[in-house]
Amino acid sequence: MALVSTLLFAVVAYLVVTRSPGWPRVQTTFFSPQVALDSLPEIARGLLLNLRVLVVGGVLVLVVGLLVAIARTLRGPAFAPLRLLATGYVDLFRGMPLIIVLYLVGFGFPALGLQGVPTSPFVLGTAAIVLVYAAYVAEVFRAGIESVHPSQRAAARSLGLTHRQSMRIVVLPQALRTVTPALLNDFVALQKDVGLISVLGAIDAVRSAQILVGRSFNFTPYVVAGLLFVLLAVPTARIADAVSARARRRQQSGHLL
Amino acid sequence: MSAPVLDVRGVVKAFGSNVVLRGVDVAVAEHQVVALIGGSGSGKSTLLRCASLLETVDDGQVLLDGEDVTDPRVDADAVRRRLGVVFQAYNLFPHLSVLENVTLAPTVVHGRSRAEARDEATALLERVGLADKAGEYPDRLSGGQQQRVAIVRALAVRPRVLLLDEITSALDPELVGEVLRVVREVAEQGMTILMATHEMGFAKQVADTIAFLDAGVVLESGPPAQVLADPQEARTRQFLARVIDAGRL
Ligand SMILES: Nc1ncnc2c1ncn2[C@@H]1O[C@H](COP(=O)(O)OP(=O)(O)OP(=O)(O)O)[C@@H](O)[C@H]1O
Ligand SMILES: [Mg+2]
Repeated sequence: MALVSTLLFAVVAYLVVTRSPGWPRVQTTFFSPQVALDSLPEIARGLLLNLRVLVVGGVLVLVVGLLVAIARTLRGPAFAPLRLLATGYVDLFRGMPLIIVLYLVGFGFPALGLQGVPTSPFVLGTAAIVLVYAAYVAEVFRAGIESVHPSQRAAARSLGLTHRQSMRIVVLPQALRTVTPALLNDFVALQKDVGLISVLGAIDAVRSAQILVGRSFNFTPYVVAGLLFVLLAVPTARIADAVSARARRRQQSGHLL
Repeated sequence: MSAPVLDVRGVVKAFGSNVVLRGVDVAVAEHQVVALIGGSGSGKSTLLRCASLLETVDDGQVLLDGEDVTDPRVDADAVRRRLGVVFQAYNLFPHLSVLENVTLAPTVVHGRSRAEARDEATALLERVGLADKAGEYPDRLSGGQQQRVAIVRALAVRPRVLLLDEITSALDPELVGEVLRVVREVAEQGMTILMATHEMGFAKQVADTIAFLDAGVVLESGPPAQVLADPQEARTRQFLARVIDAGRL
């Protein structure tokens, strides 16, 4: 039944679009097979840069996010400055649009003209993305850490484990398990946001497509670039679904305290 | 008699304006079992948490083998290593297997070799009838089994004193017996124990001393035969009458 209704909908949509008066023009300027084929190698080469940002950025986001989350959960007056700093960082970068951070970091830093400040759009773009995403991910981690029942910490401490050992061996593994679905969802978002480094002039998939469009006056390269990003995101999205479903099942069977 | 292993002296503890402990004195001598009884909210758990340094005391002292462990200069982690604690809600680590739960502190905290810790854990699990569950995760065990694992986990650090906080009150009635049996065995083998309990019958059989906690102080303490059968204080008599009504004695 679901299959039939889906098919029916697809057919109707197809007919509506292809019968529309503007369709022939749209078809040649957005969906030209020849242009798509010609532009694919260049866009794919650009996508490699996005992938590099994704891998380097993804790892840095996890590391920075975890450190900030831990800083925010530290108790005691000795850690107050660190806690405050971490809170301020999260508030600032979770509220600011990524594109603004990209402009500020990407154009602001080089403008300082300081010795040793990198000017490569790859480095600056990655830095901006990490600043914003680590703030999000820090909150995900913090929620995970706080979801671990205090009695777990009490049990760990009662065995003589130090605060650090309790965190590493008892709290964080349970927190990580809880937040994996949320992290994967953030990763899907990151996969397409790495395309924004094009605003800094990096020749990535989006910028390559832009150049090709300018050259051919045909918009097909945008469609190609868009579809490549979708292809990148689909496997992660499926993994995220599977992990969420598993976590839900486990929770329903009362696995987590 | 030699100096007590655990000596709680005049301990005061308040949460905000709620003064829970108003100067509690309890001493547990080596190889002795002391049972803390008292109404809900009388501060039994708080006292045990103070004794295990999971809470800081506002006043008074806790002496472990004569050393004042409430002194802020004392390394609290090092003190906790010498104690075994079992909680009402078991508090096993759900992401670790039974064996890993038991060997965690011996290897990580006490620096014993994996092989030694595993052998000792297996022997202890054998004693409580759970050797075949070593590879299982806690959520696959019944409450009674989980609590027996929690006792083994506490024993695996070879503690000077075992602190038990109403370890059967979260269990279905038919599972209480198997856990109490383990505690009795451990007591018979000479472990020094301070336990909070609602199980008066069990306290009567196992404890050398019963301490009745009321309004933030130990109102009355002595051998079970005296405290349970011939209480001196009106408040103790009232409490025991309520317990008898509830069918727990
Ligand atoms: N962390 C805490 N913060 C604030 N108040 C607390 C805290 N822990 C305990 N209390 C309060 O201290 C009092 C004594 O609690 P406690 O758990 O020690 O009693 P108990 O004798 O163990 O009771 P029960 O038999 O129900 O376990 C209660 O009024 C409780 O509300
Ligand atoms: Mg209690």
